[in-house]
Amino acid sequence: MPAKSGIQKLKIILDSVSRFACTELQIFIKNIPMKEEQAGLYIHIPFCLSKCGYCSFYSIKSVDLIPEYIAALKKEIKHYRNVFSSFDTIYIGGGTPSLLSTGQIDDLFSTINKYFDIDRKAEITIEVNPGDVSLEYLQALRKSGINRLNIGIQSFDDKILRFLERRHSSKEAIAAIKAAKAAGFDNLGVDLIYGVHGLGIKSWKNTLQKAVSFAPEHISCYQLSLDDRTPLYKKYSSEGWKLPDENTELKLFFTTADVLENAGYLHYEVSNFARLDKFKSRHNQKYWQHVPYLGLGPAAHSFLGNKRWWNKATVKTYLNEIAAGKMPVEDMENLSTDQLQLEALFLGLRTKAGINLKRYKTRYGIDLLVDKKTIIDALIKNKLVELKNGFLRPTRAGMAVADSLALI
Amino acid sequence: MENIRNFSIIAHIDHGKSTLADRLIQFTGVCNERNFQDQILDNMDIERERGITIKSNAISLPYRAKDGKNYILNLIDTPGHVDFSYEVSRSLASCEGVLLLIDAAQGVQAQTLANLYLALDHNLEIIPIINKIDLPSADIERVLEEIESELGLDPDLHIKCSAKEGTGIEEILEAIVTRIPPPKGDAANPLAALIFDAKYDSFRGTIIHCRVFEGTVKSGDIIKFMYNGTTYKVEEVGHFLLTRTKRDKLSAGEVGYIIAGVKTVADVRTGDTITLQDRPCSQPLPGFKEVKPVVFASIYPIASDDYQDLADSLEKYKLNDASFIYEKDSSAALGQGFRCGFLGLLHLDIVQERLEREYDLSIILSVPSVRYRFTLKDRKVIYVDNPAHYPDPSEIEKGEEPYIRAAMMLPERYLGAVMKLCMEKRGVNSNMNYTGPGRVELSYEMPLAEVIYDFYDRFKSVTQGYGSFDYDIIDYRDSNLVLMDILVNSEKVDALSQIVHRERARSRALLACDRLKEEIPKQMFKIAIQGAIGGEIIARSTISAFRKDVTAKCYGGDITRKRKLLEKQKAGKKRMKMIGSVSIPQSAFLAVLKSDTD
Repeated sequence: MPAKSGIQKLKIILDSVSRFACTELQIFIKNIPMKEEQAGLYIHIPFCLSKCGYCSFYSIKSVDLIPEYIAALKKEIKHYRNVFSSFDTIYIGGGTPSLLSTGQIDDLFSTINKYFDIDRKAEITIEVNPGDVSLEYLQALRKSGINRLNIGIQSFDDKILRFLERRHSSKEAIAAIKAAKAAGFDNLGVDLIYGVHGLGIKSWKNTLQKAVSFAPEHISCYQLSLDDRTPLYKKYSSEGWKLPDENTELKLFFTTADVLENAGYLHYEVSNFARLDKFKSRHNQKYWQHVPYLGLGPAAHSFLGNKRWWNKATVKTYLNEIAAGKMPVEDMENLSTDQLQLEALFLGLRTKAGINLKRYKTRYGIDLLVDKKTIIDALIKNKLVELKNGFLRPTRAGMAVADSLALI
Repeated sequence: MENIRNFSIIAHIDHGKSTLADRLIQFTGVCNERNFQDQILDNMDIERERGITIKSNAISLPYRAKDGKNYILNLIDTPGHVDFSYEVSRSLASCEGVLLLIDAAQGVQAQTLANLYLALDHNLEIIPIINKIDLPSADIERVLEEIESELGLDPDLHIKCSAKEGTGIEEILEAIVTRIPPPKGDAANPLAALIFDAKYDSFRGTIIHCRVFEGTVKSGDIIKFMYNGTTYKVEEVGHFLLTRTKRDKLSAGEVGYIIAGVKTVADVRTGDTITLQDRPCSQPLPGFKEVKPVVFASIYPIASDDYQDLADSLEKYKLNDASFIYEKDSSAALGQGFRCGFLGLLHLDIVQERLEREYDLSIILSVPSVRYRFTLKDRKVIYVDNPAHYPDPSEIEKGEEPYIRAAMMLPERYLGAVMKLCMEKRGVNSNMNYTGPGRVELSYEMPLAEVIYDFYDRFKSVTQGYGSFDYDIIDYRDSNLVLMDILVNSEKVDALSQIVHRERARSRALLACDRLKEEIPKQMFKIAIQGAIGGEIIARSTISAFRKDVTAKCYGGDITRKRKLLEKQKAGKKRMKMIGSVSIPQSAFLAVLKSDTD
């Protein structure tokens, strides 16, 4: 039997989706606040002028392909016009989305608006590289309707930035934050990396304090991990460097949470902090709460009901499929109840809010407090989770072992 | 009958018994090079790998001797391990002579002696054979001295051979013909046949291996097992050539098989006498004894779903191993399983290995135990081979455990180390003989429980492989016994409980705690492992918690990959046993249960 084409696969998706929409979705809607079920839209921009040493994500340097790529994205958007109807978050991520001109972004938005309802209060985020953003560019983004900016600062230390092979300097990082504010962004996120060779706990604390001094609405702190395909991995191997040991890792993790919580931030997910509840990334929370999302562009993942599907991984294959009038879908999975349960556990336990036990029971048919009583009792006793208002939530120590918590 | 010779080969382990059997088979031309499979009598993989013959087997070798006459030489193979000494004795009872095989380099060893005594008990003609004379380390002079001084045999009557190189084989065959007497008996007498083995065949049922002493048996006869009086109609009789070969009848003096619709080997008792229902012999052949298991352990499937598979496999396995017994058992920690009885630790190993290999099962074995005897306050006497059935300590008047007499042979230089080991193993009443220059025969009375624990491995190690060991069970003796439990985060792991001598409790508990600490992976919280007698904690170890494992990023594209990884881990965890909230891998049970002290 020949492999199913993307279109055929999509037909399967659409078929099941429409069936799903009739029956199960109605049950969903009855049990879940409507606004939580508003889908999110992710748009991937897989272009980078240079590759950061630690990054294993797919990207290409051929920025001359961007116009063709934008055209393809617009076609892909159109394909989904009958699958999704509305979105209340849009997230343009990468790669380096700030390589797009504001014209290109406007172009995308007009297509999106043509086929979907975008919530009036939608959270619309773009990731930017500090070196790419002038005040004018940021102002134009703001004008395009983007209301949340995520800046890939990573560090305020030029030595560390060079080590990570970032193409911006600390000066540019600070300038970008200031420009964003000047451009009127009142929901600003910064990304930082820790656990880097040569970045001691003291310098990391300073980095955090420096970030806090700009009072961004959102801070993401990612502990460095080394994918063996990255240049940084090779550098670590050849130099005999090691990632921090478990104890150091934990200390860094706790220190990060301490510093930011003392500065008034909510540690609402393993690596994410928000200055106020309303500044939590609404888009990213959809991933952790099994809320539907549509991902556009190579390798982007989409989720709806009990299905997840993802696109061809490279720009070339993606463009080819679109050009041939096909869906660029690589594969999809039908998640079994067991799989959904497991995902809900490991995703939910990454977040401070934890797992809504009632919702979990309704959605996945399991009463965790009954089925997993022994282990949950032990976890509570060991202060890894707590029960509060019908939620099973990880403590800070629990968050540090969230992956294992999910294996209860 | 004049042309029949029935013989066995007896030897210490690794002295070359199987190789010699192969050479005899080859020389007499029963099979040619092409279908010759090395060590043909050991036809199970495990036997071949361990270099020992587990169950006896037989083969008839046609041989034209130098006197010009044709002979049938029936080679009855014997198991070569102390666990199976009763089976050995039944095989020997079926013979008129033995080849006593001695390694030219190693000389006389404990089993050489033990087997010699067995052969002497049966008044057998003994032909000493010095094997492996091709070895550079062969010391034939010394072996000859040992044959005279230690075995009390005439060294002039020995034969030198190298089974490996095929030298001396004809001389051995001639000696079998000329020195071993032909069987006696009268084919016209009432039937008396000794069962020395039984094998299960999925098409024919049980194949009874027997030696006919008196009378004749043929198909159509109604035979009777004298042990329990059951009767069967004979379907077929025959000889063992390379395969079973049908004959009209088996008569006095002959060795062969009987097929009589016997369903399982458990319906047949090795050592029992077969006679005819309508014309029985007056009394059974001597020496029958019901073999009783001395080592007990529970077997559990790792995955509880596999329980039925395990049950089926045990049933199948039992078809071919009458000395293996089992019954249902259950453990709070390990679920449904079976309590099994074995003739010894080797027998236990064999069963475990075959279940895992032939039946593809993953199993956990509990700590092997001997059968203890308790006299309760109300004078009732009970036997306990399962720690789960340990009586209420306040009810116990007296505890006793089985003792063995261990016979060891070793070079004098290891004497100190071995005596130390035996004393450590609560050995008493030692006896020592110098059997030759620099060689010592040492005997001790020791608790069987100490021997099944790790004695044999340690004995081999302290004697660097030069010591040999054999044992007999002698009696029950008073013992200060306690039940030692292992607790994981305060939950008792019943499968790890052991009945031990009070003096042993602490060291066993410490060892178990350490082993578990090594084998149980770090988990999300601290795990306390304790050894306890009643409420008293006598040993402890702690496994610290791992504290950081979460991945930094988990967004739309990461979820499927992450889930797959967790599914894998979850499947791995499923193969572990949950004790309370702690996951314990199979390896942890095995590590505790193996208990080597190296």
